[in-house]
Amino acid sequence: MTAIETTEHPAPAPDRAPRGPGRAGPGMPPAAPGLASALVWGAGQLLNRQAGKAAFFFTFFAGMLVWEIATGNYYVGMEFTARLNGGFFVRGLWGLITLGTQPREMTMTGLTEGDNSIVLMANGLIAFLTLALLAVIWIWSIRDAAGYRAELNAGRRPETSRAYFKRLWESAFAYIALSPGLVLLVFMSVLPVLFGILVAFTNYNRDNLPPKNLVSWVGTDNFATLFAVPSWTETFAGILVWTVVWAVIATVTTYAAGMLLAVMLASRRVKFPRVWRSVFLLPWAVPAIVSALVFRSMFNGQFGPVSQWLVDIGLTDERVYWFTDPTSPNLARGVALLVNLWLGFPFFMALVGGVLANIPDSYYEAARIDGAGAFQQFRYITVPIVQRTVTPLIILSFVHNFNNFGVIYFLTEGGPDNVDYRFAGSTDLLVTWLFKLTLDNRLYNIGAVMSLVIFVIVGAISVLNLNRTKAIREL
Amino acid sequence: MSAIPGTNRTRRGSVEGRQRMRDGATSAVMHLILAVVAVIVIYPLVWVVGSSFGPGGGLANATPIPENATFDNYVHLFTQTNYGRWYLNSLYVATINMVGSVALSALCGWVFARIRFRGRKASMLGILILQMFPSFLTAIAVYMLFLNFGLLDSLTGLALVSIAAALPYNTWLMKGYTDNLPASLDEAAALDGAGRLTIFRKIVLPLMRPMLTFVAITSFTAPWMDFILPRLLLQSSDKQTVALGLFQMITDQYSNDFTTFAAGAVALALPITILYIVLQRHLVTGAMAGAEKG
Repeated sequence: MTAIETTEHPAPAPDRAPRGPGRAGPGMPPAAPGLASALVWGAGQLLNRQAGKAAFFFTFFAGMLVWEIATGNYYVGMEFTARLNGGFFVRGLWGLITLGTQPREMTMTGLTEGDNSIVLMANGLIAFLTLALLAVIWIWSIRDAAGYRAELNAGRRPETSRAYFKRLWESAFAYIALSPGLVLLVFMSVLPVLFGILVAFTNYNRDNLPPKNLVSWVGTDNFATLFAVPSWTETFAGILVWTVVWAVIATVTTYAAGMLLAVMLASRRVKFPRVWRSVFLLPWAVPAIVSALVFRSMFNGQFGPVSQWLVDIGLTDERVYWFTDPTSPNLARGVALLVNLWLGFPFFMALVGGVLANIPDSYYEAARIDGAGAFQQFRYITVPIVQRTVTPLIILSFVHNFNNFGVIYFLTEGGPDNVDYRFAGSTDLLVTWLFKLTLDNRLYNIGAVMSLVIFVIVGAISVLNLNRTKAIREL
Repeated sequence: MSAIPGTNRTRRGSVEGRQRMRDGATSAVMHLILAVVAVIVIYPLVWVVGSSFGPGGGLANATPIPENATFDNYVHLFTQTNYGRWYLNSLYVATINMVGSVALSALCGWVFARIRFRGRKASMLGILILQMFPSFLTAIAVYMLFLNFGLLDSLTGLALVSIAAALPYNTWLMKGYTDNLPASLDEAAALDGAGRLTIFRKIVLPLMRPMLTFVAITSFTAPWMDFILPRLLLQSSDKQTVALGLFQMITDQYSNDFTTFAAGAVALALPITILYIVLQRHLVTGAMAGAEKG
């Protein structure tokens, strides 16, 4: 590359006319090298006499072709089919489009190896993403070829290949530093997310499990199932309403209780505030899974101490089956909210406590001089200041509660059973329902639709929240 | 107040007395409320700690203050069950998760904060969107993929998925924190001829320590409590993490061994609780920083 480039630009050449007569046809329109690069990457650069860039782009072109041929089966003299002869890209795209054509079959020689639709889909997705990345390079090469020629024709003297790559290399540090994180994200987050979206449009469920069966595309049937089949729609609507109610009440109660305690602890009348504070922080510090499982045992209908205690003091005649009594779903819901209050208030208490400590005393003194009572001081000084700082966290907390898998699943496992619901109990949130659909019932396609619905809801709230913060403006 | 002594002493005295009585009443009510809350907060914890030392076995016999306290449950836990194995598994995942998360998010956050490059805005927007996608939704897709590629049941795989799941958020935190660090130090070092990586290691990293601590604590403690990811990605009994094992202990219909569960719960909760209480200030400020940055 270096050798070629030195001949390309022998020494600093101020004497060379900007139009570069004799180097390439001066009258060539910019579209010509662009078109050449569109056909064979780098050809346009070659027409522009930029061997370095030409080699760079051609490497990607050749690499793509070699990879395809090496992974494929192009030499055997039989009829070409994408399934048997295609390489990484052709077979990948074929798999993504068809999801396999050959089911596993019983033959004389035993079980034949059928197509595994999900593996094909994932490989196809990887091939597609790689092609998309290559397409970016392809467009880059076309634009570069045409742009360079346009510059030449306009009489300017564009950058040499070497200067171009030097500039590129200097800015490449950022990409190199980001690459480990990027690779991890692409394979562990982006790819699965795209895959999950695709599954929402297939019939991948317990009736179509690869490698035994083939999976096929079904368009928007799954959305229709969820939003048009009455039993599903009823379950979805019921759970959605409860999820929203749960998220609102859970957030409001934890915030209110946390605020109340923080204000009390800030008062000069309370003795040993730090001791109280440390005690109240315990539910936050103890892992939520442990606390939730402990409460599950305490509220166990048959053996749990709470039921026993209620019988002992004569409040109830028989044991209360908190989470398993289908006739009283609201009892289970109420207890779940109370347990969530226990788990959630310390976080807000700590937050509000921190804010309160930073409100200058002079505010209150001024208010007292103006004759404000304790309540007025609270209402017009404390609340607005706290509110302003804590609002983003309240919204985050709402989102967290909306997706609060832990409390519900560990405490009630969604119970008590609800006969009107599809695969769900009365306290199930959208997420726990999704979890049951996927893991226990293997309805992956419906689960994928649910994931999308939850993402849209949560995403909308997050976008609203982001608009308020400076995050977006800083982008 | 004492400007005109003697003129209306009696009246003032009675007002002050009433005031003091009202103060005393308010204070008593407040302490009463605090005490009730404290009892509600402490009772379940005392109950499970007490049960873990109880001689019984079943849930019905569990009491907060056992009569013949014994360590049998803990001995049983570590000798008769796989708990020790699970504990080591969790420790393994937690350690990888902590090291990986801190290293990757610090590097990425710093690059986003300090270097201007093509595609920066687009990738930050991408990170924001990924961060909104709840991690368990990704987890379910990862599960379907791993299932078909035969990658399930690997602790290292679990750790990698955990790192990736939290990376967008952690990167965002680190970027926000680095934004607020003075750039003049970097520039001075660059003038002295320091390379970019040297500036990162010698100058920026030490300044980022509070945020590094926050990410380190949260990513070390998360795998101990996480349930969904390990439940999806791990299968065999000797590959479980503590959270999975505990959940199984308590849902297993045929086991009537509540006191062993209690011992397991205490053994899991104790170190994390102490860590949280000791480092609470860090954790609360870190959470605030995250929220303000979106």
